[in-house]
Amino acid sequence: MKLRYIVPLVLFVVLAGFLAVGLQRDPRAVPSPLVDKRAPEFSLPLLEDPGVQRTVAQMKGKVWVANFFASWCVPCLVEHPLVTELSRSVPVVGINYKDKHEDATRWLARNGNSYAMVLVDREGKVGLDYGVYGVPESYVIDKEGVIRYKQIGPITPEALRDVLLPLVKKLDA
Amino acid sequence: MRSALAALVLALAVGASVAQQARPLADDPVLEAQVLSIAEHLRCLVCQNETIAASRADLANDLRDQIRAQLKEGRSEAQIKQYMVDRYGDFVLYTPPVRPTTWPLWIGPFALLLVMLWWLARLLRSRRHEAPAVPLEEAERTRARALLGEATEPGVTADAPKDEGKAKAVQASSRDKAKAQRRS
Repeated sequence: MKLRYIVPLVLFVVLAGFLAVGLQRDPRAVPSPLVDKRAPEFSLPLLEDPGVQRTVAQMKGKVWVANFFASWCVPCLVEHPLVTELSRSVPVVGINYKDKHEDATRWLARNGNSYAMVLVDREGKVGLDYGVYGVPESYVIDKEGVIRYKQIGPITPEALRDVLLPLVKKLDA
Repeated sequence: MRSALAALVLALAVGASVAQQARPLADDPVLEAQVLSIAEHLRCLVCQNETIAASRADLANDLRDQIRAQLKEGRSEAQIKQYMVDRYGDFVLYTPPVRPTTWPLWIGPFALLLVMLWWLARLLRSRRHEAPAVPLEEAERTRARALLGEATEPGVTADAPKDEGKAKAVQASSRDKAKAQRRS
């Protein structure tokens, strides 16, 4: 076969390869540089009792999940049943992101509150430290306080089954 | 009358809500210019094709506030960019750093251009040898000579343009013939 037939064929295969991989990736998912780094420290008030502050250090020795959510966020509502399911295997700390106190309280009353605790990030400052760029986002944090996984966007049934639950089980062992 | 009143009320309401949201941006124009010049080089992660300077997303607003606050604390542009990279990764930079993993990104287009130029040069060089001169047949030759002869004769120069056209037509037809020969 002549080169002039092979070259376009090779070019086509390369292009098709790039497209096959590229088009299946989520362009909105930005890999977080925080994975495998220490979870940024915070001190946030509880939603139920704003006088009480909770910190990352207090969670040491436990595997836990930080779940950023808001009452104004529709995907949060979508993932909420899955968060509830996840919370049976691991303590999930809800971080109420840029929300109004009464809205968050009402939202939790209506949709169920399975969080180990709910903290308030009124200004989204902790969200900035965690590199949150859209709620919901969830971080799996190990016993040493290191972020092991970041779920960008709502938890899907597949992510729960294939990634989150196995990872939590592994870290807990 | 009633609809006019309603429109007025609506207009006032809209005006009021806008007034509420407006932010005191121009407190310090120098600082603001600095904030924007940094923000122009950072990508908004919510609306990925906009800079933090241009985006109206909430996150972009927050990040501009961050830049402003950090500039006020006297941090340098490099430090602020590092702050962003620590949280969002290299993706946040509109000018990605040059390192082995980004070499294809930086050099790729130029390499591709060079390859294309090389390809073009090769193609042009081979094409030069591709078209051999096709000798005219005797009938064509006499016809061409007749046409050219007419044109060069003194006294009929007024007709020259017309004849030139004819000569061109002959040339063209012989070129077509040459092409046809090459194809077969």
